Amino acid sequence: MADSVDVSKGLPANPEKATLDGKNKFLGMFVFLAGETTMFATFFGTYLGLRSGTADGPVAADIFQLPLVFIMTMILLTSSLTSVLATFAMKKNQFGKLKFWMWMTFLLGATFLGLEIYEFVEYYEHGLGYTTSAFASSFYTLVGLHGAHVLFGLGWILLLLLRNRKAGITLTNAPKFYAFSLYWHFIDVVWVFIFTVVYLMGIGG
Amino acid sequence: MAEHLDQSFEDSAMNSEEKRKINREQRTQIIAFAFMIGLTILAFLAVGAEGLPPIFTTPFILLLAFVQLILQLYYFMHLKDKDHGWPNSFMISGLVLAAPMIVALIMLLGVVKY
Repeated sequence: MADSVDVSKGLPANPEKATLDGKNKFLGMFVFLAGETTMFATFFGTYLGLRSGTADGPVAADIFQLPLVFIMTMILLTSSLTSVLATFAMKKNQFGKLKFWMWMTFLLGATFLGLEIYEFVEYYEHGLGYTTSAFASSFYTLVGLHGAHVLFGLGWILLLLLRNRKAGITLTNAPKFYAFSLYWHFIDVVWVFIFTVVYLMGIGG
Repeated sequence: MAEHLDQSFEDSAMNSEEKRKINREQRTQIIAFAFMIGLTILAFLAVGAEGLPPIFTTPFILLLAFVQLILQLYYFMHLKDKDHGWPNSFMISGLVLAAPMIVALIMLLGVVKY
């Protein structure tokens, strides 16, 4: 337990797993992500089953724009790298760097979300409302669910950064930052499948 | 002991060997990231290029997505590390459950061509 952590020499090498609390957060996060995997699988399955049901509305190839999706993908992939750099800064007890990379993650995530909202508005103006067709509703539900996860992650990291802005790296907040970084990578993995299955297969597959 | 939990530290307890290891690990991550960017560009090119038949592009981009999945899980989420037995078993069981769900939903929702 916490009592067995040797802190006399400084921050332990793996501060996110140094205490029992940290170990529990770490393992609990993976249980949660495994559950999320199955939930996203149902949404992907629904989309794939319904994507040909366009009911005289716009079809995927008409409205999706590769350049915009490409930019969004690059932004989200880069935010995954910045959050991994943040966890390395955490292990090395560099609090300033941790904050810097986490803020970068936040900014990139916010840009991504802004582009996604712009994209949805654009599609709506091209005649793809939520109830236009089975394709439309399954598309908005799947991509919107991912967007909701991004929004949740942004709120999460914002609260963590604001509450810990002067705390330094402690054995209490290190597991929290680490759990957020795991969550953020998972969001990125889901996006990899969205851009492949929804956008790329919608246009060319 | 509990008072240490909310206390920040002057330095890191890592010795130089551990520091070298973590710097090497960080380089590996950046290389993995470069790979992921490359795979993404490849996937977009495969679809953006005119004239490639869908029978080739669809399995190809799905394969690239799976490689990215492995890179994210094993490098960025550290599943390759030693003390990740339980996380591995959770994530693998999640994926094992997810695969039949996707197949079942596609078939139930009326894809009749298979």
